[in-house]
Amino acid sequence: MSTDKLTRATQEPAWVRVALLTIGLGFLFFFLGLPLVAVFVEALAQGLPAYLEALKEPETRSAIWLTVVIALAVLPFNILFGVAAAWAIAKFDFKGKSLLITLIDLPFAVSPVVAGLIFILIFGAQGWMGPWLADHDVKIIFAVPGMIIATLFITFPFIARELIPLMQSQGKDEEEAAVSLGASGWQMFWRVTLPNIKWGLLYGVILSNARAMGEFGAVSVVSGHIRGETNTLPLHVEILYNEYNAIGAFAAASVLALLALVTLVAKTVVEWRMKAETDMLNAELPGEKTS
Amino acid sequence: MPSPSRRVLPGFGLALGYTLVYLSLLVLLPLGGMVLKASQLGWGQILDIALGERSLAAFRVTFVSSLLAASINAFFGLITAWMLVRYSFPGKRFVDALVDLPFALPTAVAGITLATLYAGNGWLGSHLEPLGLKVAYTPLGIVVALTFVTLPFVVRTLQPVIEDIETEVEEAAASLGASRWQTFARVIFPAIGPALLTGFALAFARALGEFGSVIFIAGNLPLVSEIVPLLIISKLEQYDVLGATALAVMMLAISFVLLLTINLLQWWAANRYRNSEPLEVAAGKAQGVSA
Repeated sequence: MSTDKLTRATQEPAWVRVALLTIGLGFLFFFLGLPLVAVFVEALAQGLPAYLEALKEPETRSAIWLTVVIALAVLPFNILFGVAAAWAIAKFDFKGKSLLITLIDLPFAVSPVVAGLIFILIFGAQGWMGPWLADHDVKIIFAVPGMIIATLFITFPFIARELIPLMQSQGKDEEEAAVSLGASGWQMFWRVTLPNIKWGLLYGVILSNARAMGEFGAVSVVSGHIRGETNTLPLHVEILYNEYNAIGAFAAASVLALLALVTLVAKTVVEWRMKAETDMLNAELPGEKTS
Repeated sequence: MPSPSRRVLPGFGLALGYTLVYLSLLVLLPLGGMVLKASQLGWGQILDIALGERSLAAFRVTFVSSLLAASINAFFGLITAWMLVRYSFPGKRFVDALVDLPFALPTAVAGITLATLYAGNGWLGSHLEPLGLKVAYTPLGIVVALTFVTLPFVVRTLQPVIEDIETEVEEAAASLGASRWQTFARVIFPAIGPALLTGFALAFARALGEFGSVIFIAGNLPLVSEIVPLLIISKLEQYDVLGATALAVMMLAISFVLLLTINLLQWWAANRYRNSEPLEVAAGKAQGVSA
């Protein structure tokens, strides 16, 4: 049959398929699967009690706490910036828009170490604002505020990057309808825009949160590594590892690895929800929408 | 001049103003400040620092290992993306979600885990070292760490493009007498070429600046296995702020060139085919809205 011939011509021979699957899955096994398993195996190498004991260390606890504090501190800034930037870029036309988008992408291309350094040059002892800060007894570098600022630099693009294409694809008909029916700007935002972008926003929050909690390079440069004070969990992993405290290091690392797994699951669930909603919309008449 | 449609929706001035002020404070001023600081040195001196023996070696190590890692990912990423789009196998959704692990797993965790796996007594190192292949604490270790960290880029850039290839095109090629290999080499590969290059460039750009995962496995021997971000930090720790700044400015210039290249590549890819991918591939992939 000619269809059979076509199928053969548009699909790889069976042995090629098996070979490609073996290579692909083998690559992922050695580079992703094995490291993921190894984190937990190393953490539990001396049994569960030793693992739990390692997590009870006060310095590990304070590192977990600081990681959460920094992640929570940057979140409102990132949400506000992401929504504002996406609103301006997706719903309006103006000159220099593509330059602005490139600027938002910049932190993805800048080395985290450079990102930390630029804030040392501003707030550090010999930096532009250093003497003034010293006079007023404000500590930013080698203290939590500097770590928050560095994390902001690293994470601010995630939500904007997520919302811009989403809001562009949604167009502005619904918002224009709301405004022409007399809705105020805030009413339009809370009742029309926000429900439309909620999944995309959540997706961006998940991505930026994972990065905020896991950031190492930028935070490391500005932290000063003061134990119990400016140690986030990733930085604490480094300290314990360099002290040959393998159980402690991998116990702390396993907490971060669990966080990564939760991130992946949450991300996948949100992806399904977004896809389901898009499919539902596509099935309806264009322009119509259920709340 | 604002067009009538611009006036219908509120908040343009507020959103754009906030975006610009925020970007200026967080990105433009700090980066500008760094360039200004470096200009105290003069370009001749910056080049002298960057071309010194130790920095030159660091740049070479960073570039070569990033190129190798991006190439490894281009090859295996193509196979992985093809496998994930075209073949069905048990656990495919799980494998697909797992590909994003390097984006979610903090780099320090990846670093200590890979170092442990590839060390002489590790799961992989104990099998590789008898073969004469020393990975941990050599430049090869840097390549392994960078391969892990940049793994998702090529896969996630290619997946939507491979999904978009119309099977009719392959059938046409086959019915005109092309073998499967000819169809791949002459029809499919040119179609996914720009995306493959974009993924490669994204992985390369990310690898150049990577710090956290590398330092644990590299051995960090000056002239041999020391990467540029680490050299910046060691200059900072020796209070050589100007030297660190000079290197950082070089890195920043390279980042700009790469960002420009990536934008051009994406523009090229988008103008050849209707789907364009935003820079943060992991983010863009989930949209599916434009479909």
